[in-house]
Amino acid sequence: MRTISPRTVNLLSATFLALLLTACGSQPPAPEQNPSGMESRSPSVIETTPISPATTTPGEAIDPLSMKALRDPNSPLSKRSIYFDFDSYVVKDEYQSLLVAHSKFLAAHANMKMLIQGNADERGSREYNLALGQKRSDAIKKALSLLGISESQMESVSLGEEKPTCTEATEECWAKNRRGDILYSGEF
Amino acid sequence: MKMQPFFLACAACVGLSIASAHAQLRVEITGAGANRLPIAIADFSGERAIAQGLTSVIRTDLDGSGMFRLIDGAGTLSDSTNPPFADLKQRGADAVAGGTTTASGNGRFETRVRLSDVIKQNTLDMQAYVHTGAQLRATAHRIADAIYEKLTGEPGVFSTRIAYVVKSTGRFELQIADADGANAQPALASREPIISPAWSPDGSKLAYVSFEAKKPIIYIHDLATAKRHVAANFKGSNSAPAWAPDGKRLAVVLTKEGGSQLFLVNADGSGVKRLASSSGIDTEPQFSPDGQFIYFTSDRGGSPQIYRIATTGGTVERITFDGSYNVTARPSPDGKSLAYIARNNGRFQLALMDLATKQTQILTDSSKDESPSFAPNGRMILYATEIGGRGVLAAVSSDGRVKQKLSVQAADVREPAWGPLVK
Repeated sequence: MRTISPRTVNLLSATFLALLLTACGSQPPAPEQNPSGMESRSPSVIETTPISPATTTPGEAIDPLSMKALRDPNSPLSKRSIYFDFDSYVVKDEYQSLLVAHSKFLAAHANMKMLIQGNADERGSREYNLALGQKRSDAIKKALSLLGISESQMESVSLGEEKPTCTEATEECWAKNRRGDILYSGEF
Repeated sequence: MKMQPFFLACAACVGLSIASAHAQLRVEITGAGANRLPIAIADFSGERAIAQGLTSVIRTDLDGSGMFRLIDGAGTLSDSTNPPFADLKQRGADAVAGGTTTASGNGRFETRVRLSDVIKQNTLDMQAYVHTGAQLRATAHRIADAIYEKLTGEPGVFSTRIAYVVKSTGRFELQIADADGANAQPALASREPIISPAWSPDGSKLAYVSFEAKKPIIYIHDLATAKRHVAANFKGSNSAPAWAPDGKRLAVVLTKEGGSQLFLVNADGSGVKRLASSSGIDTEPQFSPDGQFIYFTSDRGGSPQIYRIATTGGTVERITFDGSYNVTARPSPDGKSLAYIARNNGRFQLALMDLATKQTQILTDSSKDESPSFAPNGRMILYATEIGGRGVLAAVSSDGRVKQKLSVQAADVREPAWGPLVK
């Protein structure tokens, strides 16, 4: 396979840029020129490459059970919300791996405590919704205790319908509010 | 220069009303009772500005209650003059009130009021009130209460206060206002939600649930001193405080032993004891006025319904059977009926059940009713609802005929609680 060396690319770019400048300089001012006309002149030369954000250097991979992992978007520990179906208080299977990750973290940090906040959608009585939110946080706590986590490390509470993440009166919105959120020591 | 103090008093009134205008609830009467008693409130004689202020508030109170129909044209009538009975009878009035306000020095006034029966042509009541200009509204409410009680046989509630929560962007305020929405004052402001305010039976304290610590905790707040203490902060959620009629204990909902369950606790937070047990949700406890029973919401039968249990514990009796969602039970002050929220075809509406016959009446035509609260004379029920996507307070008479709306400009109002009679 033939490859173009970086040097060749640079050279080509410089030549192209020079040509472009010359072309521009020789033209009379054309303020009403359609910008799309400019774009069609250089179709296949430009390439873009996604660069991942410079959060960590390759030598410092995050320990999956470290405190830093709680905030690392690539770690399951940064996923803190568990969503429930309408009128349901069952933790769905799709959240099992998330709960396993959190249970391992709690096991590795005996001094860390977890606050589980249950939420409910806005329909109906505030106090009854508080109790429904409690059923959701209790379900998450139970799932974690089945994974071996001690009750003393967890507290399940409810915010009822009081802290919605979405405030429109639509089913899509209500679904976002039927939720349990996980917080760790220092976050509550 | 005898007029000067009144101009000052009047200027002070105007200043006050402007200062509190942003928070003030506006009352709008949207319906009226059927058999309203025709009454004439004559212009009181004496100190003009004060007398006019008094009669204006008295008329608004009586008219807004839905129990009276105001008869105009009675002119000025002092407490010592005999009312023009023949003329009043011709105008259709059954009763008339006249009065006199005199200055008694040091910015104080004495207002004497005489209430007369136009048909029998006799005096029903004579009362005297000593007050300042700043106490004008409070004095007028007391006069209206006395007239209301003399003519209906029930205590008036114009001097009572209401508590409610106002939500604006990033801010929750627990406010206290007069029953007519005037004189709104914040008792507590927080960045986190406040729910379930409940008046102590003597009206000196409010119990409520605050989320300021990222979880629901029950506080008791002394209104006069603005001091508060924690009544319940156990592991898990603490919510739904309800005062016992003696003011010594509260029924609360705690999750410390798993699930939302009913407990009794002393007002100082001591002596927590389990009241009932279920595998599901038990919440929203409320004492019957005689303190014998606690009404509550439970899903023990599969759907949320209202039940009751003796305050001493024991067997649980189911109260509601129609529909799949009946919550937030509030017994009337006489203990004979029960206000609650029922879901009908997806609409949450205020319902009233006669506890003896179990007959139920839907009192509203709105669809997001919450948190009913009886006036202490049982005549009106205050509740939260939504109009145009905004939380408002509304009140409806227990026969469904009189309707009032109370709203605050540009804010959500919710969680109303009607305070007790002023002793």
